[in-house]
Amino acid sequence: MSSSASASAPGPGPWQMATVEEVIEETARAKSFRLTLSEPSGHLAGQHYIVRLTAPDGYRASRSYSVASAPEATGKVIELTVARLEDGEVSTYLHDVVVPGDRLEVRGPIGGYFVWRGDIPALLVGGGSGIVPLMAMLRLARERGSGELVRLVVSVRVPGDLYYATELPGPETTVVYTREAPAGAAAALGRVGLGRVGLADLRDSLLPEATVYVCGSSGFADHVTGLLEELAVPTGQIRVERFGPTN
Amino acid sequence: MSFTRGFKGRAHQERGPGLPPGQYDIGSDWPVLTAEATPRVSTDSWSFAVEGLVRQPVSWTWDEIHALPESTYEGAIHCVTTWSKFGVRFGGVSVDTLLAAAEPLPSASHVVAFSHTGYTTNLPLSDVTGGKAFVVWDYDGRPLEVGHGGPARLLVPHLYFWKSAKWVAGLRVLDHDEPGFWEVNGYHDRGDPWLEQRYRGD
Repeated sequence: MSSSASASAPGPGPWQMATVEEVIEETARAKSFRLTLSEPSGHLAGQHYIVRLTAPDGYRASRSYSVASAPEATGKVIELTVARLEDGEVSTYLHDVVVPGDRLEVRGPIGGYFVWRGDIPALLVGGGSGIVPLMAMLRLARERGSGELVRLVVSVRVPGDLYYATELPGPETTVVYTREAPAGAAAALGRVGLGRVGLADLRDSLLPEATVYVCGSSGFADHVTGLLEELAVPTGQIRVERFGPTN
Repeated sequence: MSFTRGFKGRAHQERGPGLPPGQYDIGSDWPVLTAEATPRVSTDSWSFAVEGLVRQPVSWTWDEIHALPESTYEGAIHCVTTWSKFGVRFGGVSVDTLLAAAEPLPSASHVVAFSHTGYTTNLPLSDVTGGKAFVVWDYDGRPLEVGHGGPARLLVPHLYFWKSAKWVAGLRVLDHDEPGFWEVNGYHDRGDPWLEQRYRGD
């Protein structure tokens, strides 16, 4: 795996304060937090930020969250999408306590490998909340009018689990529902499948020479990279971001 | 220090002395974090090499490395994504044993660990000698799973876990520091969890 191509990714600056401008409910269990940074630090699509919480006694907890928004001109505004984990110390705080006007300590952007700069063909494959960094890439492509470079396949269990549900549909996106497909509204989506992401879903979306970005649980990532292997995608063209406790 | 409105923290009463700053105890979970597709490395073709600034480059097969004196590690591991895991038990061989066979030259100061996937990570020589680093293939008495770097991974438990290269294929001995995969991408060159050396400049 070569890392030379990503050597110039912007690195994390120091800790800084960000102001919460808006809290957007994406699903029953996911919220996006639109933040204005005090220190502009432009990110690349796919990078993440750390949020650090400090209690009155000095105790701190920090977690990483992917940026869902495309890089923006001033470099001051980022949107983080956070899934609420029942036993998540940071995500429950963000979901249950934070309101617009609050200030949060953040640091970033971080990561130079799982990034798309908008200049090469890409297949984005997300499982559940794994769509977040891929959404930054899709948004970048759409803003630049370079949607022909990008295909996105996202897998969710049921319609209510789909993030960015009104924004996502388009000719470049495919939603695969593993448990339950939406009633009626299916036609609005680029394409609808039922069942696990399969070979056909990926083959149909695989542009020539595409770099593939896979983000999701470890099981999802293994499943997808297995399919990509069957489709003879060189491993050097597969970038994976996994999350979540597995075993 | 700026405090976060309304945040008290949930688990910090139980914070043990073994938990480095900014980390939390993940309990029995063991997340899999990997930037590449999980490779299938067969033990038939597996090898581990020590090369670079050494008197005698050496390479071991799977059987040969198992014939070396066994070492075990029991303790904690710390991931830069803020989880720590306690009471882990790994079995394998000490990096001291491997380096002794190859005899690093006096000018040697650093190593780059490289994997069968092409992953690399850099370490000062002093962080992989003196009983601090291992090549391991057993976890909790069972073969190390491929998702966790099996058949064998590097284990440098006193540094953040990205230094413990999965699917490790060897060590290249150098007379200078040479940033690896994550280090080029902004992560710290050393990665001491007690100093919170997460990112470049920390």
